[in-house]
Amino acid sequence: MDAVDVASLQKRKFARWAAITATMATGLVLTILFTLNIGAVHIPFETILDVLMGGGTRFQREIILNTRLPRIILGALVGGALAVAGAAMQGVFRNPMASPYVLGISSGAAFGASLAIVAGVSWLPGEFAIPSMAFIFCFLTLFLVYAISRTKGGFVQVETLLLAGIAVGAFFNALVSLMKYFAGEQLSAIVFWMMGGLWQAEWMDVVVALPMITVGTMILWLLSRDLNTMMVGEEHALHLGLNVNTVRMIILLAASLVTAAAVSVSGVIGFVGLVVPHVVRLLVGPDHRILIPVSLLGGAIFMVWTDTVARTIILPAELPVGIITAMIGAPFFIYLIISRRRKMGW
Amino acid sequence: MKLSVQGVSFCYRSEDVVSDVSFEAGEGQIVGILGPNGSGKTTLLKCINRVLSPKNGTVFINGVDYREKTRKQIAQQIGVVPQSANSSFPFTALDIVMMGRNPDLERFEREKESDLQIVSKAMEMTNTSFLADRPMDQLSGGERQRVIIARALAQRPRIMLLDEPTLHLDVNHQIEILDLISRLAREERMLVIIVTHDLSLAARYCDRIILMRKGRIVSAGDVTQVLTRENMAKVFSINAAIYYDERIGTHNVAIIGAIKEGNE
Repeated sequence: MDAVDVASLQKRKFARWAAITATMATGLVLTILFTLNIGAVHIPFETILDVLMGGGTRFQREIILNTRLPRIILGALVGGALAVAGAAMQGVFRNPMASPYVLGISSGAAFGASLAIVAGVSWLPGEFAIPSMAFIFCFLTLFLVYAISRTKGGFVQVETLLLAGIAVGAFFNALVSLMKYFAGEQLSAIVFWMMGGLWQAEWMDVVVALPMITVGTMILWLLSRDLNTMMVGEEHALHLGLNVNTVRMIILLAASLVTAAAVSVSGVIGFVGLVVPHVVRLLVGPDHRILIPVSLLGGAIFMVWTDTVARTIILPAELPVGIITAMIGAPFFIYLIISRRRKMGW
Repeated sequence: MKLSVQGVSFCYRSEDVVSDVSFEAGEGQIVGILGPNGSGKTTLLKCINRVLSPKNGTVFINGVDYREKTRKQIAQQIGVVPQSANSSFPFTALDIVMMGRNPDLERFEREKESDLQIVSKAMEMTNTSFLADRPMDQLSGGERQRVIIARALAQRPRIMLLDEPTLHLDVNHQIEILDLISRLAREERMLVIIVTHDLSLAARYCDRIILMRKGRIVSAGDVTQVLTRENMAKVFSINAAIYYDERIGTHNVAIIGAIKEGNE
């Protein structure tokens, strides 16, 4: 048995991580350029480059810079945020089925948002009124689901977690329906939350979501080594000197922050946070130091493409993107349930 | 290195699991905490590195009360091999052993050349180098146990705590693991504390034994002092005898039969 050179193994791993990250980043840039070219109005590719450099007609500039680009950028942000939140939750719950949508957290956030829309209740003014309420309820829901499903040993069982997510999600959905009933003029705004879509995307949404998503993702990425040890087991993490309770709370807060940011600008878009981290984990392995950034990029690419399908498939009308992600995500979820039965692990 | 456990008590709900346990131990020793199921030995082990905080009493590590230390500082001195390693995650053996360096790394620091050397040496000592790029969930129980021991070694601890390190292992692997542990205690001058309910293994490998029943120390001291016929009858309800076995050059326990509860 030859001794494996630990240093070279490690070096090879970091090189592979760098290559994957670079590929994904290039993929995202290409995706953005390519999908800018797709839409009801045909604009040649050279013109798009021209517009991005500051040229083009006024009409072309309006379509590219104020209609398509903010929507694509927002889609990338939302998709990346949901995927990062999903990856972090799967790690912290040691459970491959966790995601913002499955755990009912997106519903909680939607309720917070609809409270702000209908009742005008919030603790921050202006553009941040809705996202801040979404955040509070996001965290409340996440904490509630976690508290319900946690056993004494700190282990969270799949079944209990999913059931708690369904129950809590149903409760908040009912509250949102109640709000809808009393909404009156704001009804359309609430319906938008529940459908999930990006058709109202504006640059202002990007301005609101970007800082929250950046901060939350940075926090999660910086805690990725801790997430790794927690995934091996809480007791192991304690033995390795980690303050598990504190770190777990920070992770849940950060995951809520990015989920809330996504939900408050796009409504409830399901399954992105479930599917993307899984596929990425198959590609790069379980280490959160690479899983978090690649999930961010992968979620962004996935969302921009599905949204492009959503806005072009039944031209001149469009579908809510949530329908498409659910149609891809739900079968994947079923696949997970079946493969778990064969104890595939993750 | 000196470990001093002073009057440690712990209770779950209102039931006392560990009551007023005190002992001292120094480097180069293998101390066995021995007792039947439910005697509080695992709970005591968890109190020693403050995974559980004792209700009363405390632990001094080299004269310093461990309540004055952070978790990280404790992890720099005490390495733990818990009862069983969960298996359903595809981290490689190298990833797992590398986690042993976490207590010494700043939060945002990357592993340095020196960390890699420590990890490399820990894997050599436990004969796990050849497993480095294999996922943990594909390893056998014995291999996985050696990887977890390597991780504890990578913490470069002065004290090593092992909770039933041979449970779920085949007999040949049990001996292999314990040979490794006793070699480490001698060569690295570590203090090793092993929780076990296996009388023969304890008699064979431990220098000192702490015998527990119902959360209390029944007897503590050298192997032959503690594992008397009376003590083993009292604690384990068995008729057993300790003897010196020339074939292994140390003590062994012969279990002659069970004693029905009640007619001691």
